Amino acid sequence: MRWIGPLRVLALYVAALSPALADDVAVAVAANFTAPMNAIAEAFHAETGHTAKLVFGASGKFYAQITNGAPFQVFLSADAELPAKLIEDGLADASSRFTYAIGSLVLWSAKADVVDARGAVLKTGAFTRLAIANPKTAPYGRAAIETLTTLGALAAVEPTFVQGESIAQTFQFVQTGNAELGFVALSQVMKEGKVTEGSAWIVPAELHAPIRQDAVLLNTGKDNVAAAALLAYLRTDKAKALIRRFGYTF
Amino acid sequence: MGLSDTDLRAIWLTLRLATTVTLLLLLIGTPVAWWLARTRSRWKGPVGAVVALPLVLPPTVIGFYLLLAMGPQGVVGHLTQWLGLGLLPFTFWGLVVASVFYSMPFVVQPIQNAFEAIGQRPWEVAATLRAGPIDRFFSVMLPLARPGFITAAILGFAHTVGEFGVVLMIGGNIPDKTRVVSVQIYDHVEALEYAQAHWLAGSMVIFSFLVLLALYTFSPSPPKVTT
Repeated sequence: MRWIGPLRVLALYVAALSPALADDVAVAVAANFTAPMNAIAEAFHAETGHTAKLVFGASGKFYAQITNGAPFQVFLSADAELPAKLIEDGLADASSRFTYAIGSLVLWSAKADVVDARGAVLKTGAFTRLAIANPKTAPYGRAAIETLTTLGALAAVEPTFVQGESIAQTFQFVQTGNAELGFVALSQVMKEGKVTEGSAWIVPAELHAPIRQDAVLLNTGKDNVAAAALLAYLRTDKAKALIRRFGYTF
Repeated sequence: MGLSDTDLRAIWLTLRLATTVTLLLLLIGTPVAWWLARTRSRWKGPVGAVVALPLVLPPTVIGFYLLLAMGPQGVVGHLTQWLGLGLLPFTFWGLVVASVFYSMPFVVQPIQNAFEAIGQRPWEVAATLRAGPIDRFFSVMLPLARPGFITAAILGFAHTVGEFGVVLMIGGNIPDKTRVVSVQIYDHVEALEYAQAHWLAGSMVIFSFLVLLALYTFSPSPPKVTT
């Protein structure tokens, strides 16, 4: 039994490296939730000792990756459909699903005085490029189309559309000034509860269907303590207060 | 099932883009390759390095900087606005400019290699026969370098067809203007339209295989593909 010695040393070594009961969880996070999730992960680590390893991207891409065995344990989607689909596919735990945030849409320009406080600029048409997220793949893009339809402005502004593949890219188009204005996630332009840069119109929630963003525990995270802890943490008042500061509601 | 109407339009746009870019690259790339093949200038290294940059840089880096450069605050953006052309991102010609830069090494390097392989001698012999420099270039060097040009054209075309990151960053996904095949495939995958994605992606695989097959079958010395 000569191998017991080295094995015990190794076990001690591993134990010494990891703080008691602290675990890692790999989280796929919708791009629009980047800023709040970074803040939450930091607070989560400070309070529980667990580490959330965050990967940001487009939810549709995450779905494709997860169905093909990507090693994520928790999925924070930009919509409600993809988590539901993963449950249907038998890849996620139905009882774990909940809405972690409801997104807000904002019409934003990097320049001051372009967007007025009521979004009337959409009717004046005094712009050549309006950026939206691809409505086929991004919930914020769908909400933008619904808003324009409700306002009766869709046909007039449609020729000016440029589409970002994700809300992150849409934001990039507007921020670089290549599009004068665009529909982005409020969380992208909000700092400490305020829009500090450029000009913005926060789209009233009744103009489009709610952007429900659901979280789900994936089967791969069933036995992961940190995964369960993170999902629980997202529902605490502290996390909710933090999420609210980035313009989300519940 | 099969290719939808929007798929076909994306294919058509992609072919139009790749053809335009290839023709422009042959026009721009030939003098550059010629100069690189023959110069002893100390600028040879830096110019060669700039031409080869897209081989090394991720397309997202190129796309990001092009978006900034061609934007209202960028150098190129100022120029195009001054010329009355407006801004280039989200237009067909914006994609052309980006692709010309992005596919440059795939055209310049084969032509440069061809010129270098021919060497000085045919050029000098033609000179002793009193051929002028322009005559020498078009009647002697160009025909001798033909295989290099064929390789350059095929690689430039194929590489532009296969481009994704750059067109994603500066395209804006506008049907008939900037929504090329690679972006359309990405769209299908994101929207979980896997069957449509397969049709288009499969066509792309077959197309790429046939292009490379042609290249390796008909080219006397198959190119060394560096990426």
